[in-house]
Amino acid sequence: MVIFDNLPLYLEAFLQTLALLLLTIVLALPLGAVIAAMRISPIGSLRATATVYTEILRNTPLVLVFIFCFVVLPILGVILPFMFSAVLALTLYTAPFFAEAIRSGINGVPVGQAEAARSIGMTFGQTVTLVVLPQAIRSVIPPIINVMIALTKNTSIAGGFFIFELFNSGRRLVNENGDQVILVLVGVAAFYLLITIPLGQLADFLERRVVIRR
Amino acid sequence: MDAPGTPLVVLDHVNKHYGDLHVLNDINLTIAKGEVVVVIGPSGSGKSTLCRAINRLETIDDGTISIDGQPLPSEGAALAKLRANVGMVFQSFNLFAHKTILQNVTLGPIAVSKKSKAEADGRAMELLERVGVANQAKKMPAQLSGGQQQRVAIARALAMQPSVMLFDEPTSALDPEMINEVLDVMVGLAKEGMTMIVVTHEMGFARRAADRVVFMADGRIVEDTTPAEFFDHPKSERAKDFLSKILTH
Repeated sequence: MVIFDNLPLYLEAFLQTLALLLLTIVLALPLGAVIAAMRISPIGSLRATATVYTEILRNTPLVLVFIFCFVVLPILGVILPFMFSAVLALTLYTAPFFAEAIRSGINGVPVGQAEAARSIGMTFGQTVTLVVLPQAIRSVIPPIINVMIALTKNTSIAGGFFIFELFNSGRRLVNENGDQVILVLVGVAAFYLLITIPLGQLADFLERRVVIRR
Repeated sequence: MDAPGTPLVVLDHVNKHYGDLHVLNDINLTIAKGEVVVVIGPSGSGKSTLCRAINRLETIDDGTISIDGQPLPSEGAALAKLRANVGMVFQSFNLFAHKTILQNVTLGPIAVSKKSKAEADGRAMELLERVGVANQAKKMPAQLSGGQQQRVAIARALAMQPSVMLFDEPTSALDPEMINEVLDVMVGLAKEGMTMIVVTHEMGFARRAADRVVFMADGRIVEDTTPAEFFDHPKSERAKDFLSKILTH
């Protein structure tokens, strides 16, 4: 059967998808947290910068962001390795989604909590890290994992830009095995599910573990 | 240490608008060290805004507010430092929901004043003892009654050793049978010489503990006098009208 015959190829592509996913999370999650902090900061210019960035990237098709990183940047003289460009595109695009997920969780923490923190002399940074974020975590976990699931699927765009990940492997295998297209694609889907289903389970588990009573 | 009677909180021609609403209208108010001032008035009179403006949880449009001779900084580390010196107790308690009672009281001393955990714990237990909730130290805020939570909130503010305490309607969210346990703590504080600005409708507290009553209406200070004078011989029609409404029942 085509899936088992090509297991090494699938596996190689799966690892590439996993690499795209993990590298992007490692970069986009902190960037998203910074953007979220900027959006609630008392400094107007930081708020404005973060808002403009969020609105532009969040409302642009991911393919356009890829074209920007793979076509426009080289024209401007910035030539990067393909993998680097792909992670850059995914990070730029995903960070605002993480930021919005974090911000919605922060907005769910009553404003009195931050006022109380500031009234005992905490700085903005202490208020956010010691009082607001720890309470926002619970409501932030499910939307963050949703963003990760969407990101897992979005890594497939990189397949159209020279990266040999799952979607790209499917394309190659379809070309080589024209008579078993459905099986090839079932194989591709199965590898994506191998990532996304455990992510969903993790969300449920963490949500039950971290409960804050009011 | 300044002697009692030195001006501690000074509001000078303070104005604030919410859109068309002139919520603080040319407020001039001086509170001396050791003074207990009760701010009273109908809802929407600006009394809560006044209280919150003193530690800059509300910004003002113009005028100056100074504490201990220092004008309020606009943002940043200087403002944080000043706020540590101004205790605040909120209507809705606002205890940190993810921290135990003890941690609620020690968080400020540890994170802001850089005290050791042992020192902060010791001092916090003394304060919790004093407000009568030491036996609840390991619980979470949601496990306590409103009255207990508010007493913890007072302990949390005192842990920063503030030179003035602001109370923004501290008993308004409490069930009637819990009001006195909070007021008793506040009266105790007043007797010890703490400078206090208290927004409240509790006439009993005003008579028992206040040096002055400030009556506000429509964003202005209408009367500023002793409790006895205010309650027994209000001068303005506005104050007479207000007192008749709250005292007839």
